[in-house]
Amino acid sequence: MGGPTTLFEKVWTRHAILDREDGTTLLSIDRHLCHEGSFHAFDKLKAQNRVVRRPDLTVAIADHYVSTDAPASGNPDPSRREVIERLTANAGAMGVRLYGVGAPEQGIVHVVGPEQGITLPGLLLVCGDSHTATHGALGCLAFGIGASEVAHVLATQTLWQKKPKTMRVSIDGPLGPGVSPKDVILHLISVIGANGATGHMIEYAGSTIRAMSVEGRMTVCNMSIEAGGRAGLIAPDEKTFAYLEDRRYAPKGAEWDRALADWRSLESDPGARFDKEVSIDARDIAPSVTWGTSPEEAMAITGRVPDPEGEADPARRAALENTLAYMGLAPGSALTEVPVDRVFIGSCTNARIEDLRAAAAVAKGRSAKVTAIVVPGSTPIKLQAEAEGLDRVFIEAGFEWRATGCSMCVGMNGDLTPAGERCASTSNRNFKGRQGPGSRTHLMSPAMAAAAAVTGRLTDVRALMAGA
Amino acid sequence: MEPFRKLDTVAAALAVENIDTDQIIPARFMRAPRSTDHGQFLFHDMRRRPDGTEREDFPLNQHELARAGVLVADTNFGCGSSREAAVYALFDAGIRCVIAPSFGDIFYSNATKNGLLPVVLDRETVQSIWRTLEVANSARVEVDLEAQTVHLPDGTTHRFEIDPFKKRCLLEGLDDIDLTLGHSDEIVAHERAAADATPWAGTIG
Ligand code: SF4
Repeated sequence: MGGPTTLFEKVWTRHAILDREDGTTLLSIDRHLCHEGSFHAFDKLKAQNRVVRRPDLTVAIADHYVSTDAPASGNPDPSRREVIERLTANAGAMGVRLYGVGAPEQGIVHVVGPEQGITLPGLLLVCGDSHTATHGALGCLAFGIGASEVAHVLATQTLWQKKPKTMRVSIDGPLGPGVSPKDVILHLISVIGANGATGHMIEYAGSTIRAMSVEGRMTVCNMSIEAGGRAGLIAPDEKTFAYLEDRRYAPKGAEWDRALADWRSLESDPGARFDKEVSIDARDIAPSVTWGTSPEEAMAITGRVPDPEGEADPARRAALENTLAYMGLAPGSALTEVPVDRVFIGSCTNARIEDLRAAAAVAKGRSAKVTAIVVPGSTPIKLQAEAEGLDRVFIEAGFEWRATGCSMCVGMNGDLTPAGERCASTSNRNFKGRQGPGSRTHLMSPAMAAAAAVTGRLTDVRALMAGA
Repeated sequence: MEPFRKLDTVAAALAVENIDTDQIIPARFMRAPRSTDHGQFLFHDMRRRPDGTEREDFPLNQHELARAGVLVADTNFGCGSSREAAVYALFDAGIRCVIAPSFGDIFYSNATKNGLLPVVLDRETVQSIWRTLEVANSARVEVDLEAQTVHLPDGTTHRFEIDPFKKRCLLEGLDDIDLTLGHSDEIVAHERAAADATPWAGTIG
């Protein structure tokens, strides 16, 4: 081939086993993460009398259904507990490593992978979950797949894929005070739309991304799917290597040095061509919140709810009216006047230690006006936060300090926002009913969510911290 | 899976953009095994009021459309969560084909592995289908996968694109796991080469 290539092509090529004439490639899979929802795939495997081809490269993690207030039981609700037990049984029967209820490593699948060093640069990782792009923050090509594909990977450790198109998102410039990686990705989605990257895999580049911590990069990559992107990738750099060194499953000794030499070659060559290019000026990004029921419906907290009258297209006007009715928002009202009923700080988007520190810095010395729950992304993060005293900060401010899991991001474990209630949430989806039937979700950063908790309304964290 | 060849059926329009898979099947129904009729969960919260009664204005609740086999949807249908149960819900409710200007990538792939044909047509064509369906409620649509065409009640025929392998799997109801295992030698050879080049990739710990 020759010529400059993208990071994505480099990682893709090393996993390509063969190309079919229709342009589909058989890819070898290095890491396969499963969770409770993978039961359909295990059922299919059993029905066909197949076995897991590489149980040593498969990791099963309990997260979606685990109770955050009674974690020892798995879940006090029998039908939810049963889904967790299916995972335990399937992992046991198939010889798959399990981080189940009570395991010290247990947490949200996309938090656990990087944390344990299971996720590494240059690997190809899949999981039956659309937020798998999170792992791309380490330069690992990672994407979500459906249950049939999970079964295919379990049985073959490979996957047929058509090469996606590539899109580079360059974000440059410093982030203003109170502006976090979550605001970066919400802003990007509002600019390119919920299907702005459909069929593409995104590489995030630019000085803003370089300046971001590895955890912040995970927040950005995590929501690639919310722009329709198949995956999100960031070239590994010294920050990545520092993050990975000494992680439990990262290479050690001479192998680490060899891996490092390899990983340093993982970047897009100068002049590499992308199918699409988007540039974002970081100075345009303010602390943001979503106001609607699609992640693209985000704007700066200083904004106002859009007015359907201003929409010329009748179908779009009707859709907007419908959205505002669902959200219980008056056209033209200031976002900072919108009261909230509860706050959720958690999820694979924003429940790592830096997120908890950012939220605690806002909560410290203040007190929650509404129910606010803090759900760490993994058990190790929970313990670290407790060692740093963050749990005390939250508890003294009237927040609930919970055990780890997906929790109110999707409500499968029973942590739900009741119908008609408004939740300020650090998760990734504001779809209708996502946090429970009739729930109203506003997505935002951990600091913004903590600010909403202590004021009882959507709040500009900059104003709060300035004492205004 | 059940093969897909031809369809001649009533079509229903769902002219809403960005219908995510949480709308197609809410999370609380995802504990059910595949043997459960997932059709009962389809669009569960969209088609009902909070008190559980059905909304008359939801297309699939209209008597003539209850047996629709084609859904004509809007941009980015099936975006969001990778849940394949969204496809099970459509399939079990009798829907065998969804026509839309674009789909969520994972949904598209899930559909083709379960005998549900996703058809991409440009938005103008989709809008014209909605208009036709509005005038002639319970209008029929013919879909021919072999010919890659959709024939509309207004007499027009539209060609759609689909990758040849997905087409073959759908036409023949093939499961690709066996096909892949036919390449075992290449898979093993690739694994051996990778184990030399990047040994850390082929092991955890
Ligand atoms: S935290 Fe939410 S988005 Fe992340 S894996 Fe769990 S349910 Fe999915």
